[in-house]
Amino acid sequence: MGKKRVAIVGTGQTHHKSHRPDVNGQELIHEAVTRALADAELTIKDIDAIVIGNMDHFEGINYVDCWSVDGSGGTMRPIIKLTTGGTTGSTLAIGGYHMVASGLFEKVLIIGWEKNSESDTTGAITTAFDPIWDRLVFAGAIAGLAAEGQAYMAEFGITDRDAARVSVRDRKHAVNNPYAQLRKEVTIEEVLESPMLSDPIHLLDVCPRTDGACAVIMASEDVAEKICPVPDWIWGTANRHVYTYVGDVNLGEIDSMKNAATELFAKTGIREPRKELDVIELYQPYSFAGIIWIEAMGIIPRGKGSEYIWSGATDMGGELPINPSGGVIACNPIGATGLIRCAEVALQVMGKAGDRQVPDVNLGVSTGFGGCFWTDILLHGKKKPE
Amino acid sequence: MIDQDLSKVTPQVYESKIGVPYTWWAGDTATRFLEGIRDRGELWATRCGKCSRTYVPPRKNCPGCFEENAEWVQVGPGATVVTFTVARRPLAAIPDPVPVVFALVKPDGADTAMLHRIGDVDPEKVSIGMRVKPRFAAERKGHIRDIECFVPEQG
Ligand SMILES: [Zn+2]
Repeated sequence: MGKKRVAIVGTGQTHHKSHRPDVNGQELIHEAVTRALADAELTIKDIDAIVIGNMDHFEGINYVDCWSVDGSGGTMRPIIKLTTGGTTGSTLAIGGYHMVASGLFEKVLIIGWEKNSESDTTGAITTAFDPIWDRLVFAGAIAGLAAEGQAYMAEFGITDRDAARVSVRDRKHAVNNPYAQLRKEVTIEEVLESPMLSDPIHLLDVCPRTDGACAVIMASEDVAEKICPVPDWIWGTANRHVYTYVGDVNLGEIDSMKNAATELFAKTGIREPRKELDVIELYQPYSFAGIIWIEAMGIIPRGKGSEYIWSGATDMGGELPINPSGGVIACNPIGATGLIRCAEVALQVMGKAGDRQVPDVNLGVSTGFGGCFWTDILLHGKKKPE
Repeated sequence: MIDQDLSKVTPQVYESKIGVPYTWWAGDTATRFLEGIRDRGELWATRCGKCSRTYVPPRKNCPGCFEENAEWVQVGPGATVVTFTVARRPLAAIPDPVPVVFALVKPDGADTAMLHRIGDVDPEKVSIGMRVKPRFAAERKGHIRDIECFVPEQG
């Protein structure tokens, strides 16, 4: 716990699309920022500091904190950039939380964005890997995920049909989310018949490439409830990185999630996450993760994830809905993706999630995932933390 | 048995094989400016309705007031040199033969300057406050080098 308790008091996001040729990056950012300010009924003059980030190398613009000030409102304000690969959005949320919790800044604007349409995703992602050992034998981001899926399948005997059920869930949920890029239901058969990208991952098992931005405003306990009648309190955060070389990763088990979730739930007093949590926004870039990673989070015992998914428990109306927004499979502006998870849980806690609202959300979890299996996790709550 | 003396090892070095083919959308606002120079040889700016600042390059919103810049105004073609330097050493980043005059020029009617080149003049004769105007390229493609350079207004 920091010096100050911290709450989200406003969120905003763009209507995410595969291409936004009508705006440049600054203008895209500005859309999300103005929506967040409007949501909190604040103006840019109320903001004490800004944290912004996107994926390194994705747009080839490496001083985004400066370059984006027209859109971010950062002109002549304290602004820093954070970028941690796939987890960028959730790291932004954790960084903003630290700034407010420290007592040094009262109201912080947090911005994640990406124009994935402007680069070659695989080329850019390859720069995240070791140049001597991994790059020369690299086969793209999907292959890394696929290797995890294979390892888990071999251990527990699940199939791509089980994973497809996760994709069917998220794509169905996305229909309720006006901001999601892909809003079309699919069937299990359609997932299984879609092209095989990297065994065992089919095209409809994975996330798209998206242009979009998200902004979140965090405020200290001194002002949060004056700004927002039902703010979303951040109960705690945790993050873990696990490897230097890809061969260091324990594929099939995601140790970073297990370790980060254990810390988060221990320090916030959560004993039975499955019973105590009301919603999860999981940074889940492919369907198999929807099974493997909720086991690592401690929602369900190892090996039981698939059965839990098939039971409908994680669908809207189930005991613990996961990804009411449609999640990453429906929408993936990478530098914003983790922050969208955070904003979506905030909307659930605030009761502002519209058609994708889960009733009576008191506690929720948002996560971020990066490249080769590192994890960020945040616990959100309606009640002010102790 | 392998010789264990690491001082006899020559470290290997690898060259990057990664190429990232970026493309950047200019967006509607910048495109309106770029079409103006390409099709009509005109400079257009956006103006903030609140503080009246007039922006080149045109901004969709005023960075200070944080409101949409709804108004378009034609600026220039006359412009003033705000500051400059003469780059005399060839560099990979400079696509033209040196010396080149690298300058900030403020078109008449604009509150901001744009980065460009001064040409058609002995570099020793360029000065701050000098009056210049754009010289447009014969073949124009909708990018900033459709203005070949700024040249002395009297000349
Ligand atoms: Zn203004």
